[in-house]
Amino acid sequence: MVISVASGKGGTGKTTIAVNLALSLKNVQFLDCDVEEPNAHIFLKPQITGEQRAVILVPEVDEEKCAYCGKCQEVCVYHAIAVLPGNNGKRGSVLIFPHLCHGCGACSLFCPQGAIKEADKDIGVIEIGGKDDMQFIHGRLNIGEAMSPPLIRQVKKYINPTKTVIVDAPPGTSCPVITAVKGSDFCILVTEPTPFGLNDLTLAVEVLRKLQIPFGVIINRSDIGDGKVEDYCGKEGISVLMRIPFSKEIARAYSCGETLVYRFPDLIKEFRNMFERITTYADRKSQE
Amino acid sequence: MKQIAVISGKGGTGKTVISGSFAALAKNKVMVDCDVDAADLHLLLYPRVKERHEFKSGSTAVIDKKFCKECGRCISACRFEAIKPDFSIERFSCEGCGLCSRVCPHSAIHMEENLAGEWFVSDTQHGLFVHAKLGIAEENSGKLVAKIRQVAKELAEKQFLEYVIIDGPPGIGCPVIASLSGVDCALIITEPTLSGLHDARRVMEVAKHFNIPAKLVVNKYDLNISMTRKIEEFCSETGVPVIGKIVFDKEVVKALVEGKTIIEGAQCAAGDEIRKIWEVLKS
Repeated sequence: MVISVASGKGGTGKTTIAVNLALSLKNVQFLDCDVEEPNAHIFLKPQITGEQRAVILVPEVDEEKCAYCGKCQEVCVYHAIAVLPGNNGKRGSVLIFPHLCHGCGACSLFCPQGAIKEADKDIGVIEIGGKDDMQFIHGRLNIGEAMSPPLIRQVKKYINPTKTVIVDAPPGTSCPVITAVKGSDFCILVTEPTPFGLNDLTLAVEVLRKLQIPFGVIINRSDIGDGKVEDYCGKEGISVLMRIPFSKEIARAYSCGETLVYRFPDLIKEFRNMFERITTYADRKSQE
Repeated sequence: MKQIAVISGKGGTGKTVISGSFAALAKNKVMVDCDVDAADLHLLLYPRVKERHEFKSGSTAVIDKKFCKECGRCISACRFEAIKPDFSIERFSCEGCGLCSRVCPHSAIHMEENLAGEWFVSDTQHGLFVHAKLGIAEENSGKLVAKIRQVAKELAEKQFLEYVIIDGPPGIGCPVIASLSGVDCALIITEPTLSGLHDARRVMEVAKHFNIPAKLVVNKYDLNISMTRKIEEFCSETGVPVIGKIVFDKEVVKALVEGKTIIEGAQCAAGDEIRKIWEVLKS
């Protein structure tokens, strides 16, 4: 069972929900896929036992073999490679722009001279660890690196389907989120009852419907703002899985990296109940 | 002309609330919403759309079953796991590299250009506003950000406006880098939490990496005074000036629910501090 936690809007409480749900359950594997700003480790404080380089393949040209024919430039749709042909007996040159490269491999495959091989380029690291019986994995994108989806895909390679897998997704609705939530059996959308929360929730709902992932909503800080998120969920037939009222005590606990279930142990039961409902729902959906 | 980007690393720290207030405070500017995949600034600015443009970007593979012999060359060539075992395309995984269409021995695959979103130039009661809507589950948000920033900059130059104010996305990846490139100042909004500090640190490093001068604001600073102090210490070590500390103020959500910027809402402590921040920022 893979459950992802996403939101559209940032700062609604994704990590809080993911972390506390994970701490309420047994046999959990936790994947922090918000690789641009991974925060779950702050709360889970796992012991990191292993580190893996995350790399993508970028082209490397052997100028001895290169005939400067320009085929690589022609097949690269990302404009990550430019060929300046030689003239008047002067050698040409090949320019590579690694930050534009998606690592598709077209250039090396189609080079008639076999002059391009692909070399690893570091984009971040994956750290693996644990806390009690929980396995913990997160990715950390290198500063200045633009593309997070390849790193998210590499973190997700660790998914162990025999465990309850909790995926903490990044905010937004574009490629990083899609890469993170893809393949989930269920997605929890965390929102807040404000116009911004509602607007971004509707976008996130559209994404999940398009991806055909079953989902439900948690309304965080449920007693601030207005009732429009509730109205929307009611109208759209979206189940509200949980409501967490605003409290300064929660906000303070969060600010120090403390978990909700530590501060309010009664919540463990609520998270377990929610998990039961999610599994029943996802099982029913998968049989449909 | 000065370009200011409001960013945060961590989401939900108050970027849009603060940018929206700048819209009400600054004269002679263009506003840009660069959080193109979860845009919210329009909820405060009520744009009257003057121009609407399609944003075409990237492409997706399409397999013609008539010609497909299911040889599997495309599946083994694709690095994005975008071709399913039944030879249909997983649209959201396809990165449009076109490798499959080139390796297909039966010419059964062609590439179709994506309509990835739309962008708009609008009038608002606070002046010009350039914004966009990325299509649901589309990619290339960085390119769309670059596009609307270019449009905003040209508008500002043509009309001799003083500022381009950018409401940025969370994170540190491609749309953030596109929002930051070439700006005169990055205003980092953070909150006094361990996550806020952790994420602000990373986004400060990004600003430094691209040689963008940064300034910082701690929002809801009184929720954890000692964490605020830690953030201030960190900033003074790294030479990033803290130009404001905004209190946790219930008026902020109230104004938001009424669809107003804090400047237009009831007078409140948060609004007063944002006024001061704008004075520092523009000087």
